[in-house]
Amino acid sequence: MKTTHLKIVMGSLFAVLLLFGCKNGNQKETTSADSETTEETVKQGQAFIEDDGSTPNVLQIAIGSPDHTTLVAAVQAANLENALVNAGPLMVFAPTNAAFDALPEGTVENLLKPENKDALANILKHHVTPGNYSKEFLKKFKKLGQANDQNTTIEVKDGEVYVGGAKIVASISAGNGIVHVVDAVILPPEN
Amino acid sequence: MRKLNYFFGTLMGLTLLLFGCKPGGDGSGNGALASSAAEKVYVAPGEQDEFYAFLSGGYSGNLTVYGLPSGRMFKEIPVFSQFPTSGYGYSEETKPMLNTSHGFIPWDDLHHPDISQTNGELDGRWIFVNGNNTPRIARISLSTFETEEIIEIPNSAGNHSSAFITENTEYVIAGTRFAVPVPQRDMPINEYKGNFKGALSFISVNPEDGRLDLKFQVMMPGFNYDLSHPGRGKSHGWHFFSTYNTEEANSLMEVNSSQNDKDFIAAINWKKIEEFVNNGGGTKMATNYAHNVYNEETHTGTSTMVKEVLTVDPTEVPGAVFFLPTPKSPHGCDVDPSGEYIIGAGKLSADLTVHSFTKMLEAIEAEKFDGEAYGIPILKFEDVMAGVVKSGGLGPLHTEFDSSGNAYTTFFISSEVVKWKLETWEVVDRKPTFYSVGHLMIPGGNSRKPFGKYVVAMNKITKDRYLPTGPEMEHSAQIYDISGEKMELIYDFPTHGEPHYAAGCPADLLRANSKKIYRLDENKHPYAVTSPDQARVERNGNEVHIYMSTIRSHFTPDNIEGVKVGDKVYFHITNHEQDFDVPHGFSMLGQNTSEILVMPGQTKTSVWEPKQVGVWPFYCTDFCSALHQEMQGYVRVSPANANIDLSWSLGE
Repeated sequence: MKTTHLKIVMGSLFAVLLLFGCKNGNQKETTSADSETTEETVKQGQAFIEDDGSTPNVLQIAIGSPDHTTLVAAVQAANLENALVNAGPLMVFAPTNAAFDALPEGTVENLLKPENKDALANILKHHVTPGNYSKEFLKKFKKLGQANDQNTTIEVKDGEVYVGGAKIVASISAGNGIVHVVDAVILPPEN
Repeated sequence: MRKLNYFFGTLMGLTLLLFGCKPGGDGSGNGALASSAAEKVYVAPGEQDEFYAFLSGGYSGNLTVYGLPSGRMFKEIPVFSQFPTSGYGYSEETKPMLNTSHGFIPWDDLHHPDISQTNGELDGRWIFVNGNNTPRIARISLSTFETEEIIEIPNSAGNHSSAFITENTEYVIAGTRFAVPVPQRDMPINEYKGNFKGALSFISVNPEDGRLDLKFQVMMPGFNYDLSHPGRGKSHGWHFFSTYNTEEANSLMEVNSSQNDKDFIAAINWKKIEEFVNNGGGTKMATNYAHNVYNEETHTGTSTMVKEVLTVDPTEVPGAVFFLPTPKSPHGCDVDPSGEYIIGAGKLSADLTVHSFTKMLEAIEAEKFDGEAYGIPILKFEDVMAGVVKSGGLGPLHTEFDSSGNAYTTFFISSEVVKWKLETWEVVDRKPTFYSVGHLMIPGGNSRKPFGKYVVAMNKITKDRYLPTGPEMEHSAQIYDISGEKMELIYDFPTHGEPHYAAGCPADLLRANSKKIYRLDENKHPYAVTSPDQARVERNGNEVHIYMSTIRSHFTPDNIEGVKVGDKVYFHITNHEQDFDVPHGFSMLGQNTSEILVMPGQTKTSVWEPKQVGVWPFYCTDFCSALHQEMQGYVRVSPANANIDLSWSLGE
């Protein structure tokens, strides 16, 4: 009885192999499980879901803006896409390309280097607050706790709102929060 | 013959090894075959799982029972919600279980299950859960898998830092998330600060039968007591609560309760308070709460209103309550298996704060306080902190443990589980979750003896994980194999309701104790009929009581006449089957309630108030037998003024 079962099982396996054997015939699989997992981490997550129906999230808004190509490149270099698409709510202060250009020469290029990924992530997270407040509402605050675990300041001058010294020049509601466009990069305070 | 087969088998095995394909040649596959994930979660037909997992059903009000590693759901246990599947909360016997000081409440929000323990190890007798909305604690039998007791918690609101049990199941502990006026009264909301109270309730558990008794409430300052866990081992006798809104704001909490850089973990020496109370300490206060108990022999729940509660002012018990400053509105408050480390997960932070129990005791001994809040000493952050886990994640929530000195923490915003080492605080692995994980669970991961084989991550967001089912979807959960140095994602399954937390245990702890039938000769239901010849119908004014029995495949009686419009008809149905898994159901056309499902040997009562003259059928709702379709009957309903005598028959 047992041997008959075994025969059937093996026979079926053989048939399966014949029918569905590797299509690409790729037989030198040396990829280790670890590197495969890393790849997976990068490519999967909420940032990569196709969804045309919902209000764009903060990441999609940034990606769609021609004035924020540097910011988007930085977010991608720091692998922070998935951190910007979750339920949040998230308030992102989005420096324009011009704001990045105003940094000392070479700063951006330097930050985009793979070895500076952590420093870049720290700066970018300093532009994110868990919350969703309009520019008007932000006037009630003196400080905000940012996602990199440091605080930034809120100041009101001539009716305008400055976050860590950067002026809010436009605001766009997002599906998971709000994007405030700012005219300067908000550098985290030195510890 | 046998040899040939072995040879053939070996050949095939070799062939597979040499020429086996990796799934998804583009590298986007999850590597299930390559890493034998499929094998790890496959429980062959007829085989049983290695672990039970009890997942909170959140807003379903129920507790769901799953198997690990298969992710198969075995049962939904109704606790705080009416449940048509069994008739829980609809049958006359179970309606009292949902009674409260606000009357009958058909629903609650079930959050945190915790299995009973002896010496800090899971003992599998009961599982406790909390109702978050109208504060309640329930005890569920792990022999019948039914709700046996529900106790309402007075002076409490948003019963969230609950239901966590001490290491010998001395107490089930329930802390209030929302501070409220105590006693409740008409007062301006903006006078919250300094006036509202945060009640932490200690409910004793009778070691014999599990009966609950609200022994005392510690009346803390009006902060929000978010989550809690018991001390264990060296810290047994203490309980730790995370707090937020130490600002005591009462509006726009998302801004106003996040102003302080640090909130507190409250450390409560309940043994000290217990001693104080046993020596006559505390103040009795008038109150009103429901205590509902289900009796397995009468198959009936009774609800009793309790009018008094013992309250304790923490400042009256020196050395019993301390605050440990903890950054950024801590949510999760978890204690490692040794009882030494208390982990606070500041939900607006990137880091985890770990406090040391030993350092805490030393600081208390040396009276190194950094001020006080409402008379409760605040310890210095630097004096009690054992370490900080620099996670690199965002939005830490909850931590569970394995038995090898590792901790596993969920991060909501960065959507991942991070594995780190106790004492070195070093992050050793991280794996994404799909998506935005809330709680996680390792069987026994909240005890002195975790079974560190799997971790289940329970997510808040599902999006594209399964075939789309419109805007509303079940939540997703992932199972990771944690037996190696690196976590490995091995399975993904939908859960029911919203799982907030879960508890798990080895299947062998419960399997043998699971009840199969209720013995008919032990049935003490006042309306039970233990043999068909006791079947009858009785009128008492406009109440009609039908004493009915069921056996495959008929009701006794199945023809009833003399019922009138305006009557209230009680069908008391005793299932005479004494055979595992042969329930009978009952439903009546036009009945304003759900069906009931009656287990073998059990009695349940279904009420019908007929409004229309006619001959109305009832039937068995459970496909009980080959002649299930024949299991039906009729009730003749006559006009209110008819003079037809009440009568019944079977087979005449």
